[in-house]
Amino acid sequence: MTNAFDGPRISRRAALALPALALACPGLARAQDGEPRRGGILTYAVAAEPPTYDLHATSTFAVMHRLAPHYSTLLRYAPGNYPKIVGDVAESWTAADDKLTFTFKLHPEIRFHDGTPLTSEDVKATYDRLRAPPEGVVSNRLPSFQQIAAVEAPDPRTVVIRMKAVDASIMDTFASPWNAIYSAARLAKDPNFPARNVMGSGPFKFVEHVAGSHWVGERFDGYFREGKPYLDGFRAITMSPAAMVNALSGRQILAEFRGFTPNERDRIVRALGEDARVQESSWMLHMILTFNCQKKPFDDPRVRRALSLALDRWGGSQSLSRISQLGQVGGLVRPGSDWSATPAEMEKWPGYGRDMEANRTEAKRLLKEAGAENLTFTLLDRNIQPYVTAGIFLIDQWRQIGVRAEHQQAELSSWYAAQGSGNFDALVDSFTQFSDDPTNVLIKYVSYDKAEVAVARATDRELDRLFDEQAKTVDEGARKKLVRQFEARLFEQSYAVPILWWQRIVVMNRRVNGWSMSPTHMIYQDLGDIWLSA
Amino acid sequence: MSVSTSDEMVPPTRRRAWRSSPVLRFVLAQPLGAAGLLVILIMAGAAILANRVAPYDPEAVDFMAMLAAPSFDHPLGTDAFGRDILSRIIHGARTALSIGFLSSLLGCTAGGLLGVTSAYFGGKVDLILQRFVDIVLSFPIIVLALVVVAVVGRQPIAGIDLNLIAAIAIPIVPRAARVIRSAALAVRAMPYIDAARAGGYRHSHIILRHMAPNVLAPYLILLTAYIAQAILLEASLSFLGLGVSEPKPAWGLMLAGDSANFYQEAPWMILFPGLAISLAVFAFNLFGDSLRDWLDPKFRM
Repeated sequence: MTNAFDGPRISRRAALALPALALACPGLARAQDGEPRRGGILTYAVAAEPPTYDLHATSTFAVMHRLAPHYSTLLRYAPGNYPKIVGDVAESWTAADDKLTFTFKLHPEIRFHDGTPLTSEDVKATYDRLRAPPEGVVSNRLPSFQQIAAVEAPDPRTVVIRMKAVDASIMDTFASPWNAIYSAARLAKDPNFPARNVMGSGPFKFVEHVAGSHWVGERFDGYFREGKPYLDGFRAITMSPAAMVNALSGRQILAEFRGFTPNERDRIVRALGEDARVQESSWMLHMILTFNCQKKPFDDPRVRRALSLALDRWGGSQSLSRISQLGQVGGLVRPGSDWSATPAEMEKWPGYGRDMEANRTEAKRLLKEAGAENLTFTLLDRNIQPYVTAGIFLIDQWRQIGVRAEHQQAELSSWYAAQGSGNFDALVDSFTQFSDDPTNVLIKYVSYDKAEVAVARATDRELDRLFDEQAKTVDEGARKKLVRQFEARLFEQSYAVPILWWQRIVVMNRRVNGWSMSPTHMIYQDLGDIWLSA
Repeated sequence: MSVSTSDEMVPPTRRRAWRSSPVLRFVLAQPLGAAGLLVILIMAGAAILANRVAPYDPEAVDFMAMLAAPSFDHPLGTDAFGRDILSRIIHGARTALSIGFLSSLLGCTAGGLLGVTSAYFGGKVDLILQRFVDIVLSFPIIVLALVVVAVVGRQPIAGIDLNLIAAIAIPIVPRAARVIRSAALAVRAMPYIDAARAGGYRHSHIILRHMAPNVLAPYLILLTAYIAQAILLEASLSFLGLGVSEPKPAWGLMLAGDSANFYQEAPWMILFPGLAISLAVFAFNLFGDSLRDWLDPKFRM
């Protein structure tokens, strides 16, 4: 038995990139003020209401940013050291040489908020619910649990997970913030208990949720980490992004953890002065142009490729990053991550070349060849920023090759409904994940019958093959090659193509200490390490 | 050399023609209204000739000119996408006037017919129609428009959103109906209406041929007054994200979105569209008020 996954997984490139996570801004010089101190209530804003209390059933930050403080997971990302993985309820673990068996030893004396002990039976019940949900239970995590054959609990402190096949992304699955551990006893009585109730083993106990107003948690004195949490409690307030800027500027809230636009950042910094703490990073969130491949003329790869070719991504990146959260040019994995292509590699993809005149000439030629000159269609978009900005950018770019698009901006529910029913021509979409692991990201681009999130409704068995191949390839070099092949195939077909990646700009009051910035807004939200300075 | 424009230089027949011209009489009697009309005509001209008079394509993004201050190249500056604000205001006039005029026309015509019908039949028909009008009137005009546009969604045809026009017209209907009914009640009491009924004409014939033409004056006044209201409503709905969609130029839309974020660095982004809305509403209100005064015999006495 070895502990191959236990060591630090941080690469040279990631190590170089980490200091860039926090860029120079007024409050940044004082990233942490002195020694941690206990007490205080953290008030922060969340932009949306939670559609459920069940972390297994959703992927929205509106749930994560309220529920994460109440739960623990098997492993977690080391605070301040992404993407290193450390134990959460697991004290230690080992992996078999063939990577088909994982054995976890749990911390002793972990208790749920109702006082009952957390044992391996709870981990087993949780993972069984995630990989084979009972009738009426939703598990959004099914694809990442496909390779798990069995979860065993030989004794109260030991969990053994047996795999059907090697899964290169399995450690990220164990560390996923979505895989909160629920009480086996509660699940036995009601498998849907977590959808309407909050009872975990995290640093904070649930107090109340007033829909449209606030969510309150208080310190759990029985939390298994010595001396944690520092806060007496937290209060998550529901408010719109515009209200957040004013609330943070007016010191009515202390933080917002998702991100602001550059202009909003500047307004808050102007208002708070030295009391503003700004942290910036690239973001595991990218804007995607998705075509409905079951509709004419988007069933023709020449039309899709032409519309991607027309986009000046490099120019757009420079300009749109000044006015919105849209930032870097990237492929299918986050630019700057271990798995991303270099700019030189990207420039070989259709739509990523820097000679826009040549790109547009080629785009016009392809449209003519496909008989789609003077193409008009409807671009479905969301009615919030930076989606609208992306929509305006796309329409302007297409106008330059003689294509007219009607900008249809929809509410979230209508936007989702159109994706589900296929009632759209082209779509401004986005995708976010909690880790850079290619399996988590490339799933968005495989065939529709393989993943519901692949809303381009295409079928491409070559992409599926490359996806499956990389998912079981442990050697990083070989896996990277497969990721490059996947990207090359995708850009050739252009079922759905990235527009730009987002930049994450978090602004908070400098009284908030101990929070870790990362390229995803889904991790480090349990608030266990946060403390407030005077 | 001096140029004389005195009445003595104009032949008597032409002088009489000038004095009998209703336009001139309106200008002389209602100079403020005439000023409003002039502004409306200028806006209408700009809207019709937008493609010729606007210096830039209103939807053309120019990354090199993002948030540019007013200058010789861009007299009213540019927005966050480098789009020329003057061009967007000129093209926005097309949106404002077309939606404003069509909504007001639809609302006032439907409301006018409802009011005349209610006055003509009287009794239970009048009672039921007026209670319905009371119910609809109890909703604030913006709330009603918001509900309608949220429920029916969008239906753009040739660049004009028919559902948006309907959403703006619906709140106008009861207001127009109430005013036209009061004018139609006086017409209904005229002997020629009784004579027409005794003559065996159909109700629709009497309403459309004998009553409706006699309430034309209040109808025209309402029409102009509600164009201003409709322009404001369209701007409000666009501001709230329920009206016209980006990148189409519309005044209310120009005040929404990025404008709120950049008002400190680029105040021209909200200043000029705001002025355009104010000027249009002011012009239509001035013209509507003056038209009312001019057409009302009591005001002439």
